[in-house]
Parts: sequence; C-alpha cells; structure tokens
Amino acid sequence: MDTATKIRTANIKIKPNKSFDPIGMAFHALFLCSAMVGVISVATIGWFVFQEGLPAFSEAGVVNLITGREWLPPALYGIFPMIVASLISTLGAVMIGVPIAILTAVFLAELAPKWLANIVRPAVELLAGIPSVVYGFFGLVIIVPAIETLFNIPAGNTVLAGIIVLAIMILPTVITISETSIRALPATYKEGALALGASHIYSIFKVLVPAAKSGILTGVALGIARAIGETMAIIMVMGNAPAMPGSLLEPARTLTANIAMEMAYATGIHASALYSTGIVLLAFIVLLNASLLYVNRTRA
Amino acid sequence: MNKLAVNNLNLFYGDNHALKDISLPIPAKQVTALIGPSGCGKSTLLRTLNRMNDLVEGVKITGEVAFEGDDIYRDVDVKQLRMRVGMVFQKPNPFPMSIYENVAFGLKAQGIKDKKVLDAAVEESLRSAALWDEVKDRLDAPGQGLSGGQQQRLCIARTIAMKPEVILMDEPTSALDPIATHKIEDLMDELRKKFTIVIVTHSMNQAKRISDKTAFFWMGELVEHGETTQIFNQPQDQRTQGYVSGEFG
Repeated sequence: MDTATKIRTANIKIKPNKSFDPIGMAFHALFLCSAMVGVISVATIGWFVFQEGLPAFSEAGVVNLITGREWLPPALYGIFPMIVASLISTLGAVMIGVPIAILTAVFLAELAPKWLANIVRPAVELLAGIPSVVYGFFGLVIIVPAIETLFNIPAGNTVLAGIIVLAIMILPTVITISETSIRALPATYKEGALALGASHIYSIFKVLVPAAKSGILTGVALGIARAIGETMAIIMVMGNAPAMPGSLLEPARTLTANIAMEMAYATGIHASALYSTGIVLLAFIVLLNASLLYVNRTRA
Repeated sequence: MNKLAVNNLNLFYGDNHALKDISLPIPAKQVTALIGPSGCGKSTLLRTLNRMNDLVEGVKITGEVAFEGDDIYRDVDVKQLRMRVGMVFQKPNPFPMSIYENVAFGLKAQGIKDKKVLDAAVEESLRSAALWDEVKDRLDAPGQGLSGGQQQRLCIARTIAMKPEVILMDEPTSALDPIATHKIEDLMDELRKKFTIVIVTHSMNQAKRISDKTAFFWMGELVEHGETTQIFNQPQDQRTQGYVSGEFG
C-alpha cells in the first residue's frame, strides 16, 4: 500500500470547531475582567461621591453652593471662590506651561542635536516622576520667596506661586505626548514641505505641528487634568485662604485643597459639602474629556 | 543643452559607498529615466539632485552636481534650489490640509499672501496637473480624501505651483493602479513640453513609454546611459542587456 492510499484509507475526519473550549473561555473572561476594573472604579467613584455629596446639595441648595462666596462651616458652604481659584490656577498653568512644552517637544523631535536631546529628554522624564510634595518644597523654597522679593509683598503664598508650580508640573506630560505624536508623523510630510523650498521652521509650524494636533491636544488635556487635580503642591504654595482672590498676588484655595485640608475633621453636612466639592471637580474633568473628544472627533 | 550635470559624484552612507563615480548629463526639456534593480542607487542619485539627502544623517558626498553650471552643494541656496528643482514622491504625500492649501503651500512659504495671486496659481497648477475639473467644486475638501491617483496629481500640482524648471519623480506610479498610472503617464507627456523631468522607475515598460534618455544603474554604478531606444534595443553592456531583457533584476 503506498502512502497516499494509506492516508486515504485512514479515514481522517476534519473535526468541527469544538463548541466547548475552556481555555479560550477562561482567557476571554480574564480579558473582560481586566477591562472592567477601570469601568467599575469610575462608576464606583462617581456613585459614592454623589451619594455623599447630595445631602449638601439639598441642604444648602445647588445654586447657593456653587455660587456662594462664603465658606464658613457649619453656617455657609459657598465654593465659588474655590472654583475660581482652581480654574485660574489651571488656566494660568496652561498659558505658561503649554507653549513651553510644545516648543520643547518640537525641539526634541526636530531640532536638537542628538547629544543635547539625550540630556533634555531624561531630564523631562525625571520631572514626571518627582512627587508633588517635592514640587511643593521647590515652590516654597524658590518661587514663594522670589514672588515676595519681586513684588515686595509680605507673603508669597499666592495664586501666582500655584500657577508657576503647576506650569512646571504639567510640562513632562505635554512634552512627552507632543514629542511622541510629532515623531509618529510620516517622514513624507516633512520631505514634501522641504522639497517645495519651505524652510525647516516653516515646515514645522505649518505642517508638522498642525498634523500632530490631535496628539498635542491629548497631551494638553492630560496636563489640564493634572493641574486641576493637583493637591499637595498647591496646598503648600497657594496660601489656602477660602476667600475670593482679588488678584494673582493674593492667596486662594482650590477645590482639591478644600477637600484635602478639611476632610480629616469634617462631619455631617460639612463633610457632605466637601464631597460636593468633589462632584464639581469631577464635572470639570468630564467636561474636559468631552471637549477633547469633540475637538478630535474628525481625526480619530 | 544640459539642465543638470552630475560630475564624478560619490556618495557614502557612513561606510557604505552607495554611488560610485557617477557622471550623467541631464538634458533640458527631456525625460530622463533612471532604471536598475532595488538598491542600485537610482533613488539616491535622484535625491542628490535637490539635496534631499541632506536630511539623512551621516551622508558624505564628493564630486559635483551642476545646475545650469552652478554647483548645487556650494553655490546655490538649498531652498532656492528646491523651488527650481521640484520633487514628486513614491507615495502620494499631500499634507493634512485642503486641496487649495496643498497647492498654495509652497507659495505661502515664500511669503505670498495676495489671494488673487494664490487663486490664479492654484487654478493654473491644478489645470496643468489635469486635476482641475475633478476638484474645482471642492477646493476646500481635504487633500487626503482624494483617490491615490488624484493625490499624486495633487502633489504634482503642488510642485508645478512653484514654477520649477526640473521635476524629479521617485517611482511616482508604483503605489497606483494601472488606470491612475496611465493618467500620470499621459500627464507627463504634457509636462515634458515645459519641464525637465528625471524619473526613477521600476517598470521598464514605463521607461520605454515615457523617456527620451535612460540611465541604467547597477550596485551603485552607472553602467550605461543614452537614448532610451538605444539602451533597450542595443545595450552595450552585458548587465544592461540582462536587465532590460528581463533575465534578472
């Protein structure tokens, strides 16, 4: 009997797909469980913050709480000054930090000689790993005294100090993501622009940066999220007075600082008001992510 | 009259001797095709003609590339050179912006802001690239939304807008289907009246169809160059003979 006949007579059946595949199912479940950890965490956080914060909303009134200008527990729970402080410090940090970060990213991706990029890039990455309490030290030792001297004021713990510390803190996030997205562009964009006689700098600002826009905006959004959520460094340098700051050279308290400073001893409605501060904070983050999705909608 | 002349050109990528003592005249208002197997140096040579190799780290060049008698590596500003010696790439590479902005890009980079001047240049360039009728109603649409062949003609329009004297084409149809390729070849038949064209191509049929002169490269050497009919019908060198007859490569 030759081989071909042997195979033919062996009566091999092609088996249909097994309907029961325990290993495949186990992995499927494992992937699903992993994916659910994040979703469940977000849902839980949202649920308990609302659960705890709602009493303050109903007791003091949503409008009073959000627009109230006085924070005098247990009598008055107005968090408007803190909303303003959080927004101003974040906005200021973005205005200072983002241009510096984008220019750094372009420098690293396009302009820096290798040896210099090899010094700047690890320095930026190191910046990302520094704990925020150390940024607070840095603010206390360098920035707060500098503001006192520069503007001749008795206390340098001001909104401005917070802005500067936050601006530095968001640098690594924005730089790293922007640089990555510029590097990810096809080389043909740059070649195409240069081949038309455009200068390198013109090509960078008219082709490369716009082409990397969605990545850069993602970096900026993460930077904003970091700035608005930052707590420890802000508590250390911003003075924390729960009143409406009249200028950048006055102290102020952010939403995060309000929660962190009073949570330890707050009870009853006071505690609930701190949770409702958290609700407002969450609302800002949701708004931020939604606007990022909207801006990047065509490019996804 | 030679538009470009390559004289005793050597190019090294680090230790790799990629172009070996190349001398090649490129006559004005003709199509010169550079052919040869992959890695033979034909694209590298093309990229020395508008100094795109400047972007590659560790490149060393000796010898001369003369553009109307001026050494482009010594006597000419590189941005001026690239305006006069335009380039169309292998893969269509329109910028992520509108059709109009793509064509106007090079002019805007030169500081031209006058809307009338730009409008006229965009229309004229798109007409010359045989794309105007297909896009005239949607100049604001993104250039990357066009089909592959249209994108390549957009890139040609973008190059023409700079009013170059030479157009370098690096396998401009290798990413396109046969119909789009046919359109580009028809277009080149028009372009040759106004421009000096140097084209790198993998397709010997394309070289035969469109070029006046052909240069055959082999492992960094220029083996043979001359009239296209002569290179294909009476090649002098054994290697050219082997390549054009399809024995290898």
